[in-house]
Amino acid sequence: MILDIKNLRVEFPTRRGTLVAVDDVSLGIAPGEVLGLVGESGAGKTLTGLAIIGLLEPPGRIAAGEVRLEGRRIDNLPHEELRRVRGRRIGVVFQDPLTSLNPLYTVGEQLEETILTHLPLSKSQARTRALSLLREVGIPAPEARLHQYPHQFSGGMRQRVVIALALAAEPSLVIADEPTTALDVSIQAQVIALLKRLARERGTAVMLITHDMGVIAETAQRVAVMYAGRLVEIGPVREVIHSPRHPYTAGLMGSIPKISARRDRHLAQIEGAMPRLNAIPPGCPFNPRCPRRFERCLVARPHLVPAGASQAACWLHAAP
Amino acid sequence: MPLLSPLLTLTRVSRDFDVSAPWLNRVIERQPRRTLRAVDDVSFEVAGGETLALVGESGCGKSTVARLIVGLYAPSAGHVEFRGRRMQMIFQDPYASLNPRWRVKDIVAEPIKLLGTKAKIGDMLMQVGLSPDDGEKYPHEFSGGQRQRISIARALAGEPDFLVCDEPTSALDVSVQAQILNLMSALQERLGLTYIFISHNLAVVSHIADRVGVMYLGRVVELAPAAELFTRPRHPYTRMLLDAVPDLGMSGKPRTPVGGEVPNPLAPPSGCAFHPRCPHANERCRREQPQVIDNVACHAVEERRINLAAQS
Repeated sequence: MILDIKNLRVEFPTRRGTLVAVDDVSLGIAPGEVLGLVGESGAGKTLTGLAIIGLLEPPGRIAAGEVRLEGRRIDNLPHEELRRVRGRRIGVVFQDPLTSLNPLYTVGEQLEETILTHLPLSKSQARTRALSLLREVGIPAPEARLHQYPHQFSGGMRQRVVIALALAAEPSLVIADEPTTALDVSIQAQVIALLKRLARERGTAVMLITHDMGVIAETAQRVAVMYAGRLVEIGPVREVIHSPRHPYTAGLMGSIPKISARRDRHLAQIEGAMPRLNAIPPGCPFNPRCPRRFERCLVARPHLVPAGASQAACWLHAAP
Repeated sequence: MPLLSPLLTLTRVSRDFDVSAPWLNRVIERQPRRTLRAVDDVSFEVAGGETLALVGESGCGKSTVARLIVGLYAPSAGHVEFRGRRMQMIFQDPYASLNPRWRVKDIVAEPIKLLGTKAKIGDMLMQVGLSPDDGEKYPHEFSGGQRQRISIARALAGEPDFLVCDEPTSALDVSVQAQILNLMSALQERLGLTYIFISHNLAVVSHIADRVGVMYLGRVVELAPAAELFTRPRHPYTRMLLDAVPDLGMSGKPRTPVGGEVPNPLAPPSGCAFHPRCPHANERCRREQPQVIDNVACHAVEERRINLAAQS
């Protein structure tokens, strides 16, 4: 495993008590694997990503659990050392490519700076590497593009530059948080293909955080579903999509509109909304909206147990 | 074919925006005036009770068409004719479109006050699945999906027969999106509403629309009944869009990779605007703008160079 998270818990102390935004999350990603992390807004998927790279905004903090990168524990490293590890071993791609690029420097300068900071190369070697990175992410005429500023790139091309930046120091793990959400469908497909190819060819582990099941279906091998800060289901993508084991995953899959010739006006819907962090119900957090709840769901919290080829945190799958 | 009694008719509507540099720069730097044609020669009709969806990527002009219909913009050429009773608009962002300082009951009552119609606020809220007590609350006390319900209640308060919905579910989570789409379908059935539904999401459109218009760089390139468009797309751009939708069924069917991006609307390509990305483009496509023939604007379709066998 490149990345191994055990019992991760992220808390936000507030005046009205402590909010638990990520609760007892454990997962791992193998080399060359793309793991999808899905959930609706507020499910804790982005905070899980931020906790891994040590960029939680205070007062948010990791309250329990551990994060291991290539076997080495990184969640308790001193600030400076974590910064080095992050820059060298973890690449990050955010939703909005403009926030990851400095508008005052050319794309070439930004790539070269990142390369020189993390790799023992000369200036001309760094330039060669910057060129080959741009070529690898599919930017046409990279020699000319190297001297241009971010605003001269279109949205899709900018996201490619951000991916090139994330790859600059040859990281073993790439965390991509909604990398395709700001892009048009045709560009989205191009970026998905790029991420897939990088994982396959370079053996990079990729954590793909998104709300879009379609993107996951196209890209990931395994998927983890989050709800109210917890993992409710994790398993092979095909399994989770075709035979979801947790009622929430089933509801989520049902509510996604699919293109079909036969128009079916009514979409399956999950009643209600995800609870706020200060009002997570006892027992299973999904119980107020669950069509299949029973007494045990109201009082005891379910943990991940094997369910088919996946694992689900649901009492329906627990041994009686 | 012309519809029997269209509620809305757009006839060769275009809209230009002046994007010139300021006057002084133009004089000193000898720059010409520049205009951007956001909507170019668009014609279509909407019949009472149907849902017409307009789809396309960002910058294709679909939101400008919505604004032309409701009169937020005036057309630069052509005209918009509305024969219905009243129209209302629902916006994408339920956070920006509700006044945070007003109580929900005042937000919903605003069009009623202006129009003097008589509808009870409590009934309006119940109709969209909220409780009458919610009228006393402020928008921040609601989630995104509930806010969009408030927007719909406000739109319905004026008793319109025609709603222009500009990406009404794009800012919502999928489970909430399903609730809103179901609500919109139910309201259409109950109140006999007519919708123009603007969206970039083809899957959403396939659920809600009776007919679909596909836009590219300001023009409608194909307009067809939804069932036909999704099984037998004709325009190469429609085919490309459908191909780019992630395959949730994981059928593993090979996808033609989509190349290129939407060109800069300030410098549109010659001839057919889609020709730089089109696998079927030839000399004529580069030179001559295709006319809409049988609801599709494409030389390759016109000349029968594209195999129109059903896809998938």
